[in-house]
Amino acid sequence: MMHGIRGMAELPEGKAANSSQSARRLAAYLAPYWRTLLGIVGLSIVGAIVTALGPVLIGKAVDEAMATSNKTLLLYYMLGLLGCYMLGALASRYQFLYMGQVGQRTIARMRSELFAHLQQVSLRFFDQNPAGDLMSRIVNDIDVISQLLGQGLVIVVGNLFTLVGIVVAMLLLDIRLSIASLILIPLLFLMTQLFAASARRAFRKTRESIGDVSSDIQEEIAGVKVAQAFTRTDVNRERFAQRNAANRDANVSATAITAAFGPLVDVLAAIGLAIVAGYGGYLVITNQVTPGTVVAFLSYVQFFFRPIQALSQFYTTAQSALAASERTFALIDTPVDMPPTANQQGSAHVGGAVTFDHVWFRYGARVGQGGEGDWVLQDINLSVEPGEMIAVVGPTGSGKTTLVSLIPRLYEVTQGTVAIDGVPVQAYEHTQLRHQMSMVLQETFLFSESVFSNIRYGKLDATDEDIIAAAKDANAHDFIMGLPHGYDTVLGGKGVSLSQGQRQLVGIARAILAKPQILILDEATSSVDTRTELLIQTALEKLLRGRTSFVIAHRLSTVRNATRIVVLDHGKVVEIGSHDALMAAQGMYADLYQRQFVPMTQPATAAD
Amino acid sequence: MLLIRRMFRILKPYWLMFLGAFLSLAFSSVANLYSPMLLKRVLDEGVIGRNLSTVYWGAGILIGLALVRGVFGFTQSFWSEKMSQSFAFDLRNKLFEKIQTLSFAYHDQTQAGQLMTRLTSDVEQVRSFVASALLQFISAIIMMVGSLFFIFSMNWKLSLVALLIIPPSLFFLAYFMRVVRPMFSAIQERLGALNSVLQENLAGVRLVKAFGREHYETERFGVRNESLLDMNLKSVVAMSSSFPLIFMINNLGTLAIIWVGGYMVMSKEVTIGELIAFTTYLSLLSQPLFMLGMIAAQITRASVSNERIFELLDTKQEIDDAPDAVEMPAVQGAVSFTHVSLRYAGSATKVLDDVSFDIPSGTTVAILGTTGSGKSSLINLIPRFYDVNDGTVAIDGHDVRTVKIDSLRRQIGIVLQETTLFSGTIRDNICYGRPDATDEEVHAAAVKAQADAFISEFDQGYATIVGERGVGLSGGQRQRLAIARALLLDPKILILDDSTSAVDAETEYKIQQALDALMQNRTSFVIAQRISTVRNADVILLLDAGKIIGRGTHEELLRDNAVYGDIIDSQFGHQLAQEGAHL
Repeated sequence: MMHGIRGMAELPEGKAANSSQSARRLAAYLAPYWRTLLGIVGLSIVGAIVTALGPVLIGKAVDEAMATSNKTLLLYYMLGLLGCYMLGALASRYQFLYMGQVGQRTIARMRSELFAHLQQVSLRFFDQNPAGDLMSRIVNDIDVISQLLGQGLVIVVGNLFTLVGIVVAMLLLDIRLSIASLILIPLLFLMTQLFAASARRAFRKTRESIGDVSSDIQEEIAGVKVAQAFTRTDVNRERFAQRNAANRDANVSATAITAAFGPLVDVLAAIGLAIVAGYGGYLVITNQVTPGTVVAFLSYVQFFFRPIQALSQFYTTAQSALAASERTFALIDTPVDMPPTANQQGSAHVGGAVTFDHVWFRYGARVGQGGEGDWVLQDINLSVEPGEMIAVVGPTGSGKTTLVSLIPRLYEVTQGTVAIDGVPVQAYEHTQLRHQMSMVLQETFLFSESVFSNIRYGKLDATDEDIIAAAKDANAHDFIMGLPHGYDTVLGGKGVSLSQGQRQLVGIARAILAKPQILILDEATSSVDTRTELLIQTALEKLLRGRTSFVIAHRLSTVRNATRIVVLDHGKVVEIGSHDALMAAQGMYADLYQRQFVPMTQPATAAD
Repeated sequence: MLLIRRMFRILKPYWLMFLGAFLSLAFSSVANLYSPMLLKRVLDEGVIGRNLSTVYWGAGILIGLALVRGVFGFTQSFWSEKMSQSFAFDLRNKLFEKIQTLSFAYHDQTQAGQLMTRLTSDVEQVRSFVASALLQFISAIIMMVGSLFFIFSMNWKLSLVALLIIPPSLFFLAYFMRVVRPMFSAIQERLGALNSVLQENLAGVRLVKAFGREHYETERFGVRNESLLDMNLKSVVAMSSSFPLIFMINNLGTLAIIWVGGYMVMSKEVTIGELIAFTTYLSLLSQPLFMLGMIAAQITRASVSNERIFELLDTKQEIDDAPDAVEMPAVQGAVSFTHVSLRYAGSATKVLDDVSFDIPSGTTVAILGTTGSGKSSLINLIPRFYDVNDGTVAIDGHDVRTVKIDSLRRQIGIVLQETTLFSGTIRDNICYGRPDATDEEVHAAAVKAQADAFISEFDQGYATIVGERGVGLSGGQRQRLAIARALLLDPKILILDDSTSAVDAETEYKIQQALDALMQNRTSFVIAQRISTVRNADVILLLDAGKIIGRGTHEELLRDNAVYGDIIDSQFGHQLAQEGAHL
């Protein structure tokens, strides 16, 4: 019982804003199984009847068979009891089985619908909802809903009918004793609710304090070297001990509540038992009821408390589950802001011409900020021929990444048109468009899978030989062969961790494997040493012959090789041209270029 | 077993709570066990013997017993919880302290996630064992022995009938442990696999979209979802057979007692009250059986966690103050390495091999070499992050192993390759090494580090929260905060692992200026990434495969050392070429 109230208190809190709507929608998920559900109700009724019948039969056996030494009658009652128990066991088995199956199937369906929908939602949504938050929300919410659908429903249905069955049986046996037994029920119900409420308050504190403790642990483990370097370990230790103590104290005071609940219910149950024994005894002695009836009531009183408990726990579970389903449905309903176009004109094999025609862009209003947000790109006009290499430079925040993200239509332009081969990107099917281009980002994301699978992500049907060839081109082959299992080494969160530079090489191998018509490199070699970068560039040059590429780089040496350089500042194109032309123009590019090298050239001039 | 003893040693300060919980348990168990006997007397002597005062008196005692049980039930759970929370508190503090003091070498080899698990779920596992399993075990034994005592005291023949439920219960328990329980861990495993696909999908959403892999991802998720569903359905079948079966065994026991007991009531061998008491004891007898099964499972889990916790606590602290360590006097800044060799644990090759040099105070030292030549290892020896295998590292003539570590490190400023920021305000982060710094000092350090301008642009200025829960900073901004952090210490020795980070030219220029400010008037060791640093250095140490293969100024090395020329060419070739083109 203590676990019951604790489980209740530890459930994520929340009240659905519109409970009935969430409930209806949840019910819609169950609708296809209505025949099974009807069967479960039938089984529950059978179960309730036989549960209620058991004590009656025992009571009768005491009164009629034992009192009169009638062995045959005892045999009949016992056979009846055996039948009741058998039926009861069968009924409850199939209730559990069918409800469990329905619940699990429903949850699986919800999960896959949710996931499939999340694949449709645009990046804008993910920018505003950090992955960690989304993850914990989805995992917790689905868990709470499956508590309701998995066991909650069958328990509540079973217990509801059992309760009704017991009350009916008691009333049929003796009204006075029934009232005496039932007198404590409202008290029990009230007490459970009261306790649940204060336990939830107490556990909210424990949740917060354990959150503090674990974020402290996480941060201090990550920063332990800095802490030692700056001799901060004593301060850290003290702070941790404080948070740790706060968590301990919150837990102890929460326990004071949950620890009191079990014994109180126990006392209540004993008082119920004492009332039945006392009042029943009086009724027997005054010849108003038989001893068997009292025996039956004694077992009813003991039966009784379980369903009541389960029911009031269900109330809490259902509340949380409804709130969780409301959040889940909200996710499923997130609008897809870039729906696939109906009339597709885009070709499956693009030539690689990219045009920006009066493109304006701003991110939508961010969470917690009003308004529309500032313009990130303003009136961009750019026409790129197939096979050109375009370098994009500019200070941090000038809109470089946003600009190249518009080409694979990761975001929708606010005004203007981005077109490929003269066809607006909106007229292409998403995947068709994106399969023809590769993007290598500064942060290379690795899956917890083998090196093979990670590179194969660029082209799903690539052979192992293709992958090795791509890795060689990306200069990744040597370090991969040095990994514990070569290309079969598992990477990512659960595997071998790679340095930032090595990760970038894997990302480049991925892109090389894809052999895209348009390649976008966003600081793709920033953590690779200059020597390796040179080698990669040579490989890319080979690959890029006849293909279009966009390169964002902070090393101006990388930029020099571009056919044209686009200089961005505050979302506007301020200069376009070749390195030599821009140097001659003495504009912003020349300025940036000077700035990087001037402090280094001075001493050299002095030495010369 | 030794580990269990050590666990109890941590529990020792809380023995009074344990005793309280234990005595509470004993009292409430006795009250629990005595209740059916009382009910029996009420039925036999009161109800059937028609003695009203016995009935009332008995009912009163029943309530009294329940109160005793209630009070002790409460104190038992409260004290055992308090004890276990205090235990977890101590254990976590010990672990945290250990992690804070373990050397760089240890942290190089250990994943943060593993340490996280030790402090969270492993501690929780052992805690819940301490909180409940131990007392539940004692309680289960008391209940079983007590029930057996009472039923045998009433009637031994009927007791034998009651014992009949034990074999099928044990049989079922074995089935449950062998067949059903593994399903739970299988479900957890598959759920974990499913969630990791979800997690990676969310974290890598840019990649998924950039490659148009939505369908592939949905398929990947679908396969795991199916496999989880399969296992869940299997467990539903097993569970739906298990729980009704438990009830069934108990019910059949009740049936057997009433049936056989019914005959005995007729032959006056037992009374009605005894019969009812028997059925109550039956449930007191079977419950502990299942509880013991659950505890057995918990013991296995807790002992694995326990082992891992003590393994961490027992890790030898490789770098510690010598027993006779003295305070490091105010550092002047002379650093000398004498025949220093270093080999990392588990590695066959030396990262540093017979390295010797003397650096007078106030010198700027640039360290140059290819990746893996031992540059980082060299600078990490100065604040004694690692201990040398051979030779001596000395500061102002003091061997670093003879002085107190804290007093040494407090006087050395470090900018590490990875700039770690902590959750807290920008101010907190800058005065990380000197929490007592004044606002003026913090501001001055930020100005020198070229960080004041961007800090002032935030609405909250220096009070802006950064780190995981705060605003995001760019790589260049983080680096400048790290420089300010080191500047605030105003150290005589400065160590700089200056990595290339993805910053634009303008930011790079600002960082360069900040670094120049930082290096003035101190002994500086810089792992150089910029040609200007190399040129400005008073001395350059050229490392290759752990050995110093050249030392001198830029000009001297260019003239005398062929390898130096090669390295300069490969690392700074573009920069030089561009200069040439420009000049």
